[in-house]
Amino acid sequence: MNSFFKYFTDIFYAVKSLLTGMKVTGRYFFSPWEIVTQQYPENRKTLKMYDRFKGEVIMPHNEHNEHRCTGCGICETACPNGSIEILQAKIDMPDGKKKRIIDKHIYHLDMCTFCGLCIKSCPSEAIVWGQEFEHAVFDRSKLTKILNKPGSSIIKDIVE
Amino acid sequence: MNFSIYDFTSFNQWIDKFLFDNLPAFWAIVVEMTIIGLVVLLFYALVGLFLVYAERKVCAFMQNRVGPNRVGPYGFFQTIADLFKLLMKELVYIKNADRLLFNIAPFIVIIASFMAIAAIPFAKGLHAIDFDIGILYVIAVSSLGVVGILLAGWSSNNKYSLIGAMRSGAQIVSYELSVGLSLITIIILAGTMQFSAIVEGQANGWFIFKGHIPAFIAFIVFLISSTAETNRGPFDLAEAESELTAGFHTEYSGIKFAFFFLAEYMNMFIVASIAATVFWGGWMPFHVGGWAGFNHIMDFIPPLVWYFGKTFFIIWIMMWIKWTFPRLRIDQLLTLEWKYLLPINLVNILIMAFIVLMGWHF
Amino acid sequence: MKEIINLPVKNVEEEEYHINMGPQHPSTHGVLRLVVSLQGEIVKSLKPHCGYIHRGIEKMCEKDTYPQIIHLTDRMDYLSAHINNHAVCMLVEKALEVEVPERVTYIRTIIDELNRIASHQLWWCSFGMDMGGLTCFFYGLRDREKILDIFEESFGSRLLHSYYTPGGLMMDIHPDFQKNVKAFIKYFRKKIKDYDDLLTGNIIMQLRTKGVGILTKEDAISYGVTGPSGRASGFACDVRKHHPYGVYDKTEFKEILGTKGDTFERYMMRMHEMLESMKIIEQLIDNIPAGDYKAKMKAVIKLPAGEYFQRVEAARGELGVYVVSDGNKSPYRMKFRSPNFSNLSVLDHISRGCKIADLVAIGGSLDYVIPDIDR
Ligand code: SF4
Ligand code: SF4
Repeated sequence: MNSFFKYFTDIFYAVKSLLTGMKVTGRYFFSPWEIVTQQYPENRKTLKMYDRFKGEVIMPHNEHNEHRCTGCGICETACPNGSIEILQAKIDMPDGKKKRIIDKHIYHLDMCTFCGLCIKSCPSEAIVWGQEFEHAVFDRSKLTKILNKPGSSIIKDIVE
Repeated sequence: MNFSIYDFTSFNQWIDKFLFDNLPAFWAIVVEMTIIGLVVLLFYALVGLFLVYAERKVCAFMQNRVGPNRVGPYGFFQTIADLFKLLMKELVYIKNADRLLFNIAPFIVIIASFMAIAAIPFAKGLHAIDFDIGILYVIAVSSLGVVGILLAGWSSNNKYSLIGAMRSGAQIVSYELSVGLSLITIIILAGTMQFSAIVEGQANGWFIFKGHIPAFIAFIVFLISSTAETNRGPFDLAEAESELTAGFHTEYSGIKFAFFFLAEYMNMFIVASIAATVFWGGWMPFHVGGWAGFNHIMDFIPPLVWYFGKTFFIIWIMMWIKWTFPRLRIDQLLTLEWKYLLPINLVNILIMAFIVLMGWHF
Repeated sequence: MKEIINLPVKNVEEEEYHINMGPQHPSTHGVLRLVVSLQGEIVKSLKPHCGYIHRGIEKMCEKDTYPQIIHLTDRMDYLSAHINNHAVCMLVEKALEVEVPERVTYIRTIIDELNRIASHQLWWCSFGMDMGGLTCFFYGLRDREKILDIFEESFGSRLLHSYYTPGGLMMDIHPDFQKNVKAFIKYFRKKIKDYDDLLTGNIIMQLRTKGVGILTKEDAISYGVTGPSGRASGFACDVRKHHPYGVYDKTEFKEILGTKGDTFERYMMRMHEMLESMKIIEQLIDNIPAGDYKAKMKAVIKLPAGEYFQRVEAARGELGVYVVSDGNKSPYRMKFRSPNFSNLSVLDHISRGCKIADLVAIGGSLDYVIPDIDR
């Protein structure tokens, strides 16, 4: 007799548990306002990344096309995977001495792991995180960027 | 010649008469068959595409998503785009596969579901053929699909496919039984196997109300076992994408895959139509015996609306079930059938017979 | 004739056949390959073949400085990235005998627990998917997104954060951090009921998991199965409890132990652990002391020559980091005791004699992350 009852209680609890599950999905079916999906390309105008978002490494320039990078190469050594290459140039100073300046700050976005060590280690805070996240390109050579803009120079008050 | 959307009999007779008047008898029949074939084919494709779209939207809403919304308004043409994609795909030929069986299998599956559609009454006078053993015919024909699944799994020279096919063999053979028995419960009540007569018999109340408890139990059993028979979740063991990658159709691509895909949805449609016809009155409007005024108002809603409304409601329930539950294991699947559904069904038939004998139904 | 001669004769007699689950298979969650011997549907034995995603992280560490190692440990068990980093950071701090500010330990503990919840949420999604309930996947990911948003706001990335650094943190937490975490906990306490209704209580799920893949306590110890999977067998192995680090000794939480060690128990362990983690966070979130977010460290970190070891409780079990230093700025040898590797080793033992569907469920309940196995 016991097993006979068990047969029916089993069915009862099974059906009950199934109905509880169906209640959850049923509720979501009838509450479409709970949908969290973002409509990405449409909301591009309003989409704002968090200000700490790590999109890419950029070098901010001021309105006179000047940046803060001295070309010291510390970021190059800090980078764990060689995503940064610093090409230095020598210029003649007015007092006759030669001075090292940055020629090209080459940044390989395709190798970067966004660890942030370069930005943290830069003594003159020349590089920061950019918020750009749409990095898809058809040619991977486009992912190699030169961060200092052509013709740019260093802000005067930076001392090494 | 007065045809309305409430009764298609005169419309059919008019076409029939027109053809026979203008053509020799043989050609008239050929033309008639072609017309019916084309209409069914078109209907098949449209409903299939719509169901794929509906399934995606339904499951999306249940999963807190929006679903397809890129192609056309609300993504309505998504499935058509998918169809073109599948049409343009390469048909991959498998090494060491049994070429003939491999190619035939999708057609068997799709033809089986195609044949079942012929017997379903969509509205008064709107069915391809009205057998007096309609239910038997549909049960027989719809179980042919398993042959195609078995062949597909066997011939693709892939162990995953083979496991999937074997599972589906065991599954469909068992659940066929419950489908049949639950329909027999209603046949006892209706006293006929002819679809049109079954529908007419529900003019003063649908069978699920007339047969109350046993009819309701039969409906639940039918819903469960027919979900299993169409290989849909939670009984999709033959596909079981997390276990067998894609089960019996792992090796199929392009249009042949589309055939399996379409057949699954059409089988669901057929099963839902049978459930709607047998339990919920098919195209018969909601009638309560004795309430002539009320019945008359209900009659104004065209039968096609009733029919599709009921069918899609049942399809929606099947989707709801699919997108809620995890999948069963093969031994639990068989336990469910042989230990629970089958005995319940048999007892249910007895109760129904007793009720009919005593006249305790409405 | 040639094929017949080449057939493995033994297997023909026993009617066993082999299938390859993976490297591309939906249930292995990555590039793991399991060669499964089957008899019908029944698993006779299986052999995991690892190494498809071996990147030589231990070797790569030998050329990196200690701060640089952090970005590699992120990529081992990417679902508990913070916790992996915590191990390395603590090791370096212990070796140098640096006292990290209290604020740092509080923040680290909170973020570890958030990371654990996020990891368990993803596990829940994929477990549900393994069982065939696809809807679970979306609910879990929806809630995990909330944690990832908190992470993104504070450290700018969602999966691989590289947030800890030897001696402290990369940057201070975002001013809104506390508020958002509290909001999340309130939100998630509501949503976790859905999880229970949808999957935990479900009869199909219970039938499929109860009594399946039983791992005894002895086996759990001898195979070194740790984390929720080990605790399900009654093996008290929570590093947070027995060798406390961070501020775990100042918080109250239960180490939940199972008794049966079957798949369902392993499932329940993680569900409970999410609740416990939320409790820990609630205790800490209002008490983060003010202070600096990093200790003063030398510009170049050199560990004194010697051997060092540090363990933490990662989301999947005990993670050990072992370093041999020769006094240079990079380790001489680095070795990770990754929890997933040991947890995978028990798969063959517990899945013998069960069905393919069970194998998938057991694999889901062991919750392995392949990049951590191969490293
Ligand atoms: S973020 Fe890391 S990987 Fe990328 S350039 Fe900077 S140091 Fe190199
Ligand atoms: S970016 Fe900073 S660290 Fe790199 S070269 Fe320029 S000044 Fe030096």
